Amino acid sequence: MANQQQIISGKAFVLGKNIDTDQIIPAEHLVYSLDDPEERKFYGRYALSGVPDAESGLPQGNIPLVEEDRFESEFNIIVGGPNFGCGSSREHAPASLDIAGVQAIIAPTFARIFYRNSVDGGFVIPYESLEDLSKEVHTGDKLEIHPQERVVKNVTQNETYDIRPLGSVADIVNAGGIFEFARKEGMIPCQ
Amino acid sequence: MGMTLTEKILANHSGASSVEPGESVWVDVDVLMTHDVCGPPSIGIFKNQFGEDARVWDKEKLVIIPDHYIFTKDKYANRNVDILRAFAADQDLPYFYDVGSEDYKGVCHIALPEEGFTRPGEVLFGTDSHTCTAGAFGQFATGIGNTDAAFIMGTGQLWVKVPETMRFEFEGTSMPPYIMAKDIILKIIGDIGVDGATYRTMEFGGPGISVMSMEDRMTLTNMVIEAGGKNGVVEPDAKTEAYVRQRTDKDFEPVYSDPDATYHSKYRYNLEDMVPMVAKPHSPDNKATALELEGTKLDRAYIGSCTGGKLSDFEAAAEIIAGNDLKLDTYIVPATTEIAEGLETHTLNGKPLIDIFREAGCKIGQASCAACLGGPSDTFGRLNNQEVCISTTNRNYPGRMGSKESQVYLASPYTVAASAVTGKITDPRVFIQQTVI
Repeated sequence: MANQQQIISGKAFVLGKNIDTDQIIPAEHLVYSLDDPEERKFYGRYALSGVPDAESGLPQGNIPLVEEDRFESEFNIIVGGPNFGCGSSREHAPASLDIAGVQAIIAPTFARIFYRNSVDGGFVIPYESLEDLSKEVHTGDKLEIHPQERVVKNVTQNETYDIRPLGSVADIVNAGGIFEFARKEGMIPCQ
Repeated sequence: MGMTLTEKILANHSGASSVEPGESVWVDVDVLMTHDVCGPPSIGIFKNQFGEDARVWDKEKLVIIPDHYIFTKDKYANRNVDILRAFAADQDLPYFYDVGSEDYKGVCHIALPEEGFTRPGEVLFGTDSHTCTAGAFGQFATGIGNTDAAFIMGTGQLWVKVPETMRFEFEGTSMPPYIMAKDIILKIIGDIGVDGATYRTMEFGGPGISVMSMEDRMTLTNMVIEAGGKNGVVEPDAKTEAYVRQRTDKDFEPVYSDPDATYHSKYRYNLEDMVPMVAKPHSPDNKATALELEGTKLDRAYIGSCTGGKLSDFEAAAEIIAGNDLKLDTYIVPATTEIAEGLETHTLNGKPLIDIFREAGCKIGQASCAACLGGPSDTFGRLNNQEVCISTTNRNYPGRMGSKESQVYLASPYTVAASAVTGKITDPRVFIQQTVI
């Protein structure tokens, strides 16, 4: 996971509201091992494969996050509508986005278990935007997330949007996850 | 300043005399539950972080209930159960409900209360979003991911942000005969939206709660996650105490909300005003009354899951199905093996429930999560094509029960059973008021 101070730049992939964990990684794929380096690639392969085709890669639609014969995406920043990551508690959801090469998600609100899993597992950084950017940004736009300045720059459209500070989870994001954080704080012994 | 039930439990478990919403606290965990989908990756992280030979913090407090992908030929799914089996043997875990053994239970959220793990005043975490079901017993219970579960396995602790509490007060002295708790929670989710309670507690109380059975209360707390809630709670009473005491010898201390506790917001509902509700595709807050949707064509009916696969759910369905031919393929999946036995031993007009379902031509599955969340392609009841299904389950986002071409309407067991008889969405009052007359 990127450090919260780092600028993340890359191509946007845009989705609508209430993207639930079954759309992020359909339940039938939850059988692969996350520890096995070959098997875990399938989580990247099937990331966001449950999103209805017309709503995948807005506003145009019919754009898969990961192309059929690939395991990684050309898009590394997801822009979603409200309540991103609702539904089940499966950590496979943020893990699959991470494995597909996604570094950050920008949405006006997140479902809490997904948000927590993203941070504690050190998978992707969930940035809250002040406005719903899924109506502004187009899939393929070049974005730059500037955490220090709390803005996202849309290089393609020459626009700038505000994001909220990470707040109390910033320390865990910076550490790289809850285990790294707890070791830094002396809560659990160093490995 | 008074505290809510949830704030009190979090204070008690973090060594603080009081806590306030918004603050982060580290709590001691009384029970950690995991299953076959999230258990293996949690175990993987535990071993990576604490070492191959590490022991879990307290084997009496770790409960492993395989329930998701049980009756499948999928080799990866079966391997996941093998991983649980090996870990339980290695760690000498007393509470592992193994597939194929006499201990096998089925759906974890129903098995937990049956086995006495939902004790008032305690803290329960589970690697499943419907862990919030246990709040019906006055427990703080919420879903977590694999990393957090692995952290608890090693330390017995987890950080929690103290949630604000929304209070839902129920008036009325009885539930109308055609209404189930499912109608009430669908109405509430429809009113506040699928993110209406995000990061918050949903606390249910009032005289209307006292008249509800423990299973009714579980239906309410089960679906708080569908409004984004962190946990749902019902204050314990004599019914709670009786249920839990029957299932465990372990001591517990119930806690209650203070009269001067601070709430984020308060809502009032009268049980007597409720009408049968449905959530239309593809969101649990896409509400309509069953009456408004009368005539909507369906292909399948499904009765099962942690939400709608309890004994009282099947008793309700049987009332309507008894003696009728069904126009839909109707799937019956008891949540647990105890409920499956109940279908044999509980009768309606002298006939076992299971016979009522069999004679009506229902397809009967084995205790597990089955098609509620789709699962491997050979899962019992899975929607593999463009089926339109009416279901007693909890979610209807695209692809939840299988194919993303399918459509799911969520409703109570009464409404699902009435619709199975007619082949289209049907308000159960048509059958129930007729029965009463």
